[in-house]
Amino acid sequence: MCSRCLASALLTVLLAGAGGCERERREYHSTPAGTDARPALTSFRPGGAPLDAAPSALGRHYQDNAFHIGQGGRLFRSYNCNGCHGAGGGAIGPALMDAQWRYGGSIEQIHASIVDGRPNGMPAWRGKLTDEQAWQLAAYVSALAGNVSKAAAPSRRDALSATPPLTQLPAQPTQPGDASAQQPPPQ
Amino acid sequence: MMAMLPGASAAAQADGDWPMPSLDYANTRYSPLQEITPANVANLRVEFTFSTGIDRGQEAAPIVVGDTMYVVTPYPNVVFALDLAKPGAPLKWKYAPPSLPAAQGVACCDVVNRGGVYWRGKLIFNTLDGRTLALDAATGKRLWERKLADINLGETLTMAPLVVKDKVLVGNSGGEFGVRGWLAALDAQTGKPLWKAYSTGPDSDVLIGPGFRPHYASDRGKDLGVRSWPNDAWRLGGGTVWGWISYDPQLDLIFYGTGNPGPWNAEQRPGDNKWSAGMFARDPDDGQARWFYQFSPHDLFDYDAINESLLLELRIAGKPRKVLVRPERNGFVYVLDRASGEVLAADAFGPVTAIDRIDLRSGRPHYVADRQPRNGKVVRQICPASTGMKDWNPSAFSPRTGLVYIPHNNLCMDWLASEVNYIAGTPYLGAESRMYAGPGGNRGAFTAWDPQARRIAWQVKEDLPLRSGALATAGDLVFYGTMDGWFKAVDARSGKTLWRFKTDSGIIGQPVSYRGPDGRQYVAVLSGIGGWAGAIVVNNLDPRDATAGGGWVNAVSDLKQRSNAGGTLYVFALPR
Repeated sequence: MCSRCLASALLTVLLAGAGGCERERREYHSTPAGTDARPALTSFRPGGAPLDAAPSALGRHYQDNAFHIGQGGRLFRSYNCNGCHGAGGGAIGPALMDAQWRYGGSIEQIHASIVDGRPNGMPAWRGKLTDEQAWQLAAYVSALAGNVSKAAAPSRRDALSATPPLTQLPAQPTQPGDASAQQPPPQ
Repeated sequence: MMAMLPGASAAAQADGDWPMPSLDYANTRYSPLQEITPANVANLRVEFTFSTGIDRGQEAAPIVVGDTMYVVTPYPNVVFALDLAKPGAPLKWKYAPPSLPAAQGVACCDVVNRGGVYWRGKLIFNTLDGRTLALDAATGKRLWERKLADINLGETLTMAPLVVKDKVLVGNSGGEFGVRGWLAALDAQTGKPLWKAYSTGPDSDVLIGPGFRPHYASDRGKDLGVRSWPNDAWRLGGGTVWGWISYDPQLDLIFYGTGNPGPWNAEQRPGDNKWSAGMFARDPDDGQARWFYQFSPHDLFDYDAINESLLLELRIAGKPRKVLVRPERNGFVYVLDRASGEVLAADAFGPVTAIDRIDLRSGRPHYVADRQPRNGKVVRQICPASTGMKDWNPSAFSPRTGLVYIPHNNLCMDWLASEVNYIAGTPYLGAESRMYAGPGGNRGAFTAWDPQARRIAWQVKEDLPLRSGALATAGDLVFYGTMDGWFKAVDARSGKTLWRFKTDSGIIGQPVSYRGPDGRQYVAVLSGIGGWAGAIVVNNLDPRDATAGGGWVNAVSDLKQRSNAGGTLYVFALPR
C-alpha cells in the first residue's frame, strides 16, 4: 500500500471517529452571577442610569483571598510586571498604587487590561497566563492600591522573615568567653 | 592656552548652519558664532516660540540648514519644518508618520527622540516603533523608509542618525529588554541596508575580521562575543547603540559606544560580556571593526557606554596626539588614542565608590569588592548610580578655552539584584534600585573639565540632576538647561551665570546656535520634561515607591512640584 493511500485511509478513519465522538458539551460550572467578560470602561451610559460598579462575585473571590493575592505578588515578578510598573509606583507603565486608572481600577477592569492588553504599550497576556493567574495578578494589583480586604492583604512581605527586625532585638549582655565552649567534644 | 582644534571639524558646512545634533563629526557642539558675548548676553530675549503639541520628553536638537529649522518630536515622532525667513518662523510643512502606539510600552526611558539629521536635501530621522525615514527637506514628502527594529522583541529607535560617506548610521535601543544590540548602515540615497554590526555573537556577526587590532589582550581572541557569555546568553545580551557616533575623516574611522549588557543582574551572565559597555572603531565603508575598548567588562550597574566621543588633539608627553575624550557613565573622563584604542588617561570627574581606579596597563577598571551586587543582597552607596555620573546628554568643547563642558548627575544608589526571567518584549532587568543625591547634596553639576591638565577648571553645582546637553560658542559662552526649566548662559572661562530664562517646562534637550537668514545669531532649545529622569512627571509615577521609574523617582521625588510636562521650542536672539 502506498504511503499516501495509507494516510488518506487513516484520515477517513479519524474523521469517522471524530464524528462519532461528537457530544453535547455539558457545563459543570455556571459562570458566577454578575461576571461580565467585557467590563465597561465607563459608567457613562446613554439613557441615564449608570452601570452597576459593584464587583462581581468572581472578582470578590480573588480580592478577598490572601493566597490569591500572595500568588499574584509572585507572578507580578515572574512575568516581569515589575519591570514596567516598579513595585507599584510605575516606570515605563503607569503607577498601580495611586487613584489614576487609564482603563479602570475595578478588579474586572484590571483583569481585562492584563488579558486583552491596552493600546499604548500594555501587552495582551491572553494565551500566556491561565485565567486564574490573570485574576491573581488583578487581585495583587488591587492590593497595591489598597483595594482588597484588609483581612486578606498581607501585613508584611511574603519572604521568610526569620527574626524580628534588628532594630527590635533586645540588647544582650556581652560576656567574656563561655567556658562550656572550650569543653572537648563528646566521645 | 594652547589651541586644540578638533581634528575632524566639518569645515564644509556653512558657518551658521546646525545640520546634525552634534554640529560636527568631532562632536564638539562648538558654534563659531560670536555675536552673543558675555558683555551683551544679558539682553538675550525670546525671538519666537513654537509648541510641538506633544508633552513628552524633548531630547532632540533643533536642526537648522539655510532658512529652515527642523524639529523632531518624541513619539509619535512628528517632524516640523519652520520657515526662518519669515517673521515668527511659521510652519513650512509638517510630517506625521503612521506609528505603532504599542512601541511606547517597550521604550525604557520615556518615548524620546534625539533628533534628525540633514543630508543633501533630505531630513533623516528614526521613529520609536523602529523605522528610519528620509523626507524631502523642501517639501516634507517621504522619500524612503526602512524598518529596522522590532518592538515585539523590545527594540525601539531613539537615537539621532548620523550620515557618514553617504551612509546613514542607525543603532537600536532596548537594552532593558534583552535585545541584541547593533549598528546598521543604510544607503542615504535609497535606504538600502549596506551592513549591520551586532554587539554580541560570533565575529562574523560583529564584523570582526583580520583588520581587528584591539590594544588590550583581553579583547583579542576568536568569537569573544559568544565565549564571554554563559551558553546562549549573548542572544539576549544588549549592547545597544543608542548614543553618539563620531567620525574621523583622516583615519576614516567611526567611533561609537555600546550599551549595558542584559540583564542588569550581573550574576546571570558571568564573563566579560563582550562587546557590551565598550566602544568600537569601525571602517564606515564595510563596518569592519578596527579596535574595541571595554569601559565596563562584566558591567555591574547598567553603565551604558553610549556617551559622546569628542575628537580632539591633545599634547601628551610633549607630543600632539589625536585622541578622543569621553566623559563616561562610570564617572571617569577617558582619553583614548583614537587610532589604536589605547587609554591614555582616565580620571574621575565626580565621586566614585564602585570603581577604585582604571588600570591603564590592562585597560580594566578595578571594581570595589564591597560594592559588587549579589542576588538578594542590598548593596548601598554605589556611586555613580545606574544613570551614571553622566548620561547620554552631550557635553561641548571650546577650542578657545580648551575646556570640555560636561552637564551631569551627582547621584548614588542602593541596588538589589534578583533572578529575572526572559520574556520577549518585557523588561529584562533583575535589579531594583533607589537613587539619591551624592556627596554634597547637589543632584547635578555643570563641570568644565580641562582635558590637558586632567582636572576640573570650574564647576556649577545644580540642585536637580542635569539632563540637557551643552552648547559652547565662539562668543565664550556656554548654554545649558535645568530640569525645572531654566535656560542658562554661563561664562565659558569662569562658569559665572550671566543670563537665564525660565521656560515653561523642564529642559532635557540639546541647545544649538545658528545664523538666521537675517544674519543674526540665534540660540534655540526645546523645553519639555521627560526622559528616564523626568518620567515621574510625564508618566505620573508615584514617589511612595522608591524603586519606581528604574530608581529615578527616589532621586527626584520633588520634580512634580518643580516642573510640568511641556513641549515648546524657544529661540533667543539679541534685540535688533
